[in-house]
Amino acid sequence: MPRVRVQEQDFDVGRELESLTRGRTDVGGLASFVGLVRASNDGHAIQGMTLEHYPGMTEKALEDICAQAHARWQLLDTLVIHRVGALEPGDRIVLVGVASAHRGDAFEACEFIMDYLKTRAPFWKKEATAQGGKWVEARASDDVAAGRWKV
Amino acid sequence: MVTLLYFASLRESLGCSREQVALPSGNATVSSLVDVLRNRDGGWTEAFAPGKSWRVAVNQRMADLSTPVKPGDEVAFFPPVTGG
Repeated sequence: MPRVRVQEQDFDVGRELESLTRGRTDVGGLASFVGLVRASNDGHAIQGMTLEHYPGMTEKALEDICAQAHARWQLLDTLVIHRVGALEPGDRIVLVGVASAHRGDAFEACEFIMDYLKTRAPFWKKEATAQGGKWVEARASDDVAAGRWKV
Repeated sequence: MVTLLYFASLRESLGCSREQVALPSGNATVSSLVDVLRNRDGGWTEAFAPGKSWRVAVNQRMADLSTPVKPGDEVAFFPPVTGG
């Protein structure tokens, strides 16, 4: 069953990924992605950022994205953790973990979940810059990345 | 009545995160609700001007202008998402 969490606190990548395989011997591949806060974006320095979400809908959207991945690939388990609130450069933002019998399904599903998360899950980033707060604008390249999966 | 929610830059520019409004008469849709908001003063006209980029969810599912809205629904307006 997909597990989805939206939380302010950091997460332990090793422990979270281990939870996908603990007690089972059918997992042959575990793919993961960790997203981090960069110190610059489009050439301007970033002191930090605040992540806002839509409590209730965000969790449902993440569960729906994981369910789509389970319907499309042979997966044994999925995990998505996304942080909200105030973050600094270098902080972890998001973790996606996908367990499968074989690496192909795990790799593809992990990338699919990230691409869909970036275009479908209600999160918004506001960067703190020397000139003040700046809401991040959606990128057309993210729509292109999500579009190639054609569900 | 329906509950309207606003998020991120839209919430800031409107100075409002949540409100209750009466539904337009007849078969209300997101479109008829937006017409009401657009006829308000100042920032509302600007925020919902034609060509402005915003998204809408009805009862926490992505929706569009033709989606029906009924009493008790939760309608949320927000900019394109930027998580991950």
